[in-house]
Amino acid sequence: MRIPLSWLREFAAVPAGATAEDVMAELVKVGFEEEAVHRPTDTLQGPVVVGQVLSLVKEPQTNGKTINWCQVRVVPEGQEQTLTGDGIDPSGVQGIICGAHNFVEGDKVVVTLPGAVLPGDFHISARKTYGHLSAGMIASVRELGIGEDHDGILVLSRIGLDPEVGTDAMELLGLYDEAAEINVTPDRGYAFSIRGVAREYAHATGTSFTDPATKVAAPAELSGGYGVKLNDDAPIYGKPGCDRFVARTVRGVDATRPTPPWMVSRLRLAGVRSISLPVDISNYVMFELGQPTHCYDLDKLSGDIVVRRASAGEKITTLDGKERTLDTEDLLITDDSGAIGIAGVMGGAATEVGDSTSNILVEAAHFDAVSIGRSRRRHKLPSEASKRFERGVDWQVAGIAAQRVVDLLVELAGGTADEAGTDVGTAPETITIELPAGFAAARIGIDFTDSQIVTSLEDLGAVVVKNDAGWTVTPPSWRSDLETKEDLTEEIARLVGYDKIPATLPVAPPGRGLTRVQQQRRRLIQALADTGLTEVLSYPFVSKAANDTFGTAEQGAGRSAIKLANPISEEQGYLRTSILPGLIEVAKRNHSRGFRDLALFESGLVFLPGATMGTPAIPPLGAKPADEVLDALYDGVPDQPFHLAAVLTGHDSPAAAAHSPRAWDWADALDIARLAGDVLGVDLVVTQGSHQAFHPGRTAQLALRTGEVVGYAGELHPKLLAASDMPARSVAVEINADALFEAAPDVIVARHISTFPLATQDVALVVPADVPADDVLAALREGAGELLEDVALFDVYAGKGIEEGRKSLAFGLRFRAADRTLTADEASAARESAVALAAERFGAVQR
Amino acid sequence: MTETLPGAAIPNPTDEAAINAAVDQAITAIAGAATLDELKAVRLAHSGEKSPLSLANREIGRLPKDQKALAGKLMGASRGRVNKALADRTAVLEAENDARILVEETVDVTAAPRRRRAGARHPLSTLQDRVADIFVGMGWEIAEGPEVESEWFNFDALNFKPDHPAREMQDTFFVEPPEAHLLMRTHTSPVQVRSMLEREVPIYVLCPGKVFRTDELDATHTPVFHQFEGLAIDKGLSMADLLGTLEHFTRQMFGEEAKVRLRPNYFPFTEPSAELDIFHPGAKGGPRWIEWGGCGMVNPNVLRAAGIDPDVYSGFAFGMGIERALMFRNEVADMHDMIEGDVRFSEHFGMEI
Repeated sequence: MRIPLSWLREFAAVPAGATAEDVMAELVKVGFEEEAVHRPTDTLQGPVVVGQVLSLVKEPQTNGKTINWCQVRVVPEGQEQTLTGDGIDPSGVQGIICGAHNFVEGDKVVVTLPGAVLPGDFHISARKTYGHLSAGMIASVRELGIGEDHDGILVLSRIGLDPEVGTDAMELLGLYDEAAEINVTPDRGYAFSIRGVAREYAHATGTSFTDPATKVAAPAELSGGYGVKLNDDAPIYGKPGCDRFVARTVRGVDATRPTPPWMVSRLRLAGVRSISLPVDISNYVMFELGQPTHCYDLDKLSGDIVVRRASAGEKITTLDGKERTLDTEDLLITDDSGAIGIAGVMGGAATEVGDSTSNILVEAAHFDAVSIGRSRRRHKLPSEASKRFERGVDWQVAGIAAQRVVDLLVELAGGTADEAGTDVGTAPETITIELPAGFAAARIGIDFTDSQIVTSLEDLGAVVVKNDAGWTVTPPSWRSDLETKEDLTEEIARLVGYDKIPATLPVAPPGRGLTRVQQQRRRLIQALADTGLTEVLSYPFVSKAANDTFGTAEQGAGRSAIKLANPISEEQGYLRTSILPGLIEVAKRNHSRGFRDLALFESGLVFLPGATMGTPAIPPLGAKPADEVLDALYDGVPDQPFHLAAVLTGHDSPAAAAHSPRAWDWADALDIARLAGDVLGVDLVVTQGSHQAFHPGRTAQLALRTGEVVGYAGELHPKLLAASDMPARSVAVEINADALFEAAPDVIVARHISTFPLATQDVALVVPADVPADDVLAALREGAGELLEDVALFDVYAGKGIEEGRKSLAFGLRFRAADRTLTADEASAARESAVALAAERFGAVQR
Repeated sequence: MTETLPGAAIPNPTDEAAINAAVDQAITAIAGAATLDELKAVRLAHSGEKSPLSLANREIGRLPKDQKALAGKLMGASRGRVNKALADRTAVLEAENDARILVEETVDVTAAPRRRRAGARHPLSTLQDRVADIFVGMGWEIAEGPEVESEWFNFDALNFKPDHPAREMQDTFFVEPPEAHLLMRTHTSPVQVRSMLEREVPIYVLCPGKVFRTDELDATHTPVFHQFEGLAIDKGLSMADLLGTLEHFTRQMFGEEAKVRLRPNYFPFTEPSAELDIFHPGAKGGPRWIEWGGCGMVNPNVLRAAGIDPDVYSGFAFGMGIERALMFRNEVADMHDMIEGDVRFSEHFGMEI
């Protein structure tokens, strides 16, 4: 909401020298955030004066254009030029070249003299052009920054002005005024008006306030006016779409009269441009009182006005010239011809006020916020009117606003008001709020005095009556947002001042600290960072193709994913089922910025659509839903496991003197998964895996001991890497970390530490080439029995000396007993039984 | 039988002068040995089996009985002197040798390669942990919830009326199909609702996490960002308690000079509501007030939605942005740096914030 200061001053005691900044500094105290300052003089500086064209000589140019060489008087005849400076003619007559042709000798115009600065940092000076010394400029509204019209220069008579030559044109056009723009929160519809803001300014400063509504003399009752019927047969939430409709008629207006500059200036500062006198008056009253009004051409109306819901398929051409198909929920203003306006949103073109209009019907109605909001959204027609109706308009002010429009039409457009008028509808029930004594104090922590409470509420316009338990408060008609004792408490605190609230620190009951999973998550992330990986974050928005490629293998082609109804980009319209697509994009970005050796990881949620998605209905607010309704809400929320993923490309370290970096390979990806398992105390079972995003021969499937697959690690598929411009041999891993957290042991039982000597035995086994080393190792461990402390693979060999299709695996076995020193025979026997099991399972032969 | 080196005269073990001469000769040679190898040759020549002194020593056996004692004494002392000289020289040469090897092994420590790569946390992640730790220290617990959420938890339970403009102002990402009433949470407040439904009062929880709004990415906006929201529900909580909690937190975060200022504002889920400014003593360009978030006393309708009696309990809630904190606390000038994943950004912070 923009507040022109001159307007605010009419109703509030704003100090003479106060700037927009000063006003905003006051308003912020009562809850209106500063948005911007609109001050024409920030970009426009004089001298800008009224001039009269004495002579105008048309001079055709070689380029085909004709220019006017004008002599313009800028001080009254017989007076001396008091301005001095380069290019200011002491005679008071300036020679000026002008390219516009919409004026004649004798016209009064706006002259920007040498030394003036126009918007766009355009400095005016005397300069030679077209063979003359042009000392100034005859300005258009656009050049002055006060309008878009650039078809010609501003001829003052055409906006109804005949000022004395030499008058300060900036004063004349209201350009010394300025506006403060504040943010109005959506609960405070009343503050979308000078009336509301002036009252708040008075609250903030403790100064006086004059309610503009009280300056309008509206008749207490109206009758005999234009026929209006309120026929809402489908109220939303049981509230009638229109509960008040005031109609007034003014005859014999001259709609072509120019709008006075003071009104144009205030409207411009308020953010709307001047359209025509009747429309400007309607807008002016809306800004002043907060009540949107509409002017119809009375002669274009046929029959009674009926306010009703649209019928199926009904259409209207709105003021913007667009034909719109209406919804049966749209509230309409209609006459015998059909729809003549979408209530509270936009009027119809057919009954629009135009130059030829002489009789006007003024509408000031009160519409239901929800109904207007839905129509506005449906037709994508945000307007100043709908903005106010959606946030709540004072039911009581409609008659006053209509009278104010009528008064201005009479005063400025030369009309005559009909005595008869229409005022139909039913006032909403007045609500009263019980405010218990002590409630506000307890809720805020300030010991409010009774007088503070009563004065604050009365200042708002509320009626406060003392009772045994506290007060009964009737909020003012313009404060439909005040419904509860908490609302009143905020008002009291706001008016007394939030800066008066003391600080006390409540003590929470003893807590449990971070949960197990929270600690596991932290440990996992920290471990990966500690081991040299860099944590990054990416957006969860991905393409369908990315989800198809990186989704979990078992799901097969056409994996399901959650689609957004309104994504930022249609191309990335899905939620990720894997972290890798985002991470690969990050890797590519780094690569393109010259970073070749990368080890990146990200953790976060992925989104897996479930069998049930959401709920068809939503329970109402302000009440706890029944258990089964709540269960359905919980169940409808899709599964969102916490994943961990890493992408490695390039080398493990930068090349350096006496140091050969090692290229990351598939085993590094696997190692990260194992590290994750290690730091959480979870054994991961690694088997040869298959996943469409990975190299078919270099993919490890990661599972828990229970068999649950929790992820994949390995080299990314060469084709995928090539297609996405990633370096060859880049590797990746992704794990469902939630599954790991769950599998982590609750309690780790200590093992006996034997101090008896170690006996080591090595064994080399020849097995078929396709037998996984880990399986042979498991057989050795099992076969060796309890004397085996550890076994590790230390060499893999195939080639000379080994039969084709077989390989040799060398293992080191460490034996130790808990209670004695092992003999060589005991260790050998254990080794032999280990080898025997490997032989039985895989046909392993000792080399 | 006498064994002698060809041409070498065997000194008489009773001839003190001759023996002393042999000793002197040996000691001169020992002192002259410059390396351990040279000393080895000297040892062989002057104390080896066929050295003059060893040979002379053997002669003692052949001497008459009355001369044996004297000769034995002389020879013992003489050979002792030579052996000591050898041992001393050996120690000196070995020490010299050791020192030389260490000198030869000198490296240029400034040319050392980096073999271990220092990893890094993303500062948004580190900062969230820092914030959480402060509240955990106050006895609060950390609560989390899903990012795709039911509309009820995100709006209705928080007293957003179905057609109220406040609902629209949240710039919500909706999930297909719209009839399913699922959306990407626009704040972490649904976690507050879940906490109230799942826990017993009193409740003191902090809800950090990712939130989503349909803002295009620019220098100060991002469609995905991080928040932390706090919720306290207890008997008799007031706005003064809210202010005290925020003050305690901001002092932990920004130092003892930090202050909190509340300004009236509107949120559907709190009444009274306030905008929260903090006075940041370390702000770039000097200490100043910075707008950081919103807060207020929990609206009774929110308590009712969770089955908590607003006539018995009251509560306060607050919410702040992590990205914004990173901008004013760590002087990150452009949102792009936080979301692009450039390794230089995370690595500059390392593990700290």
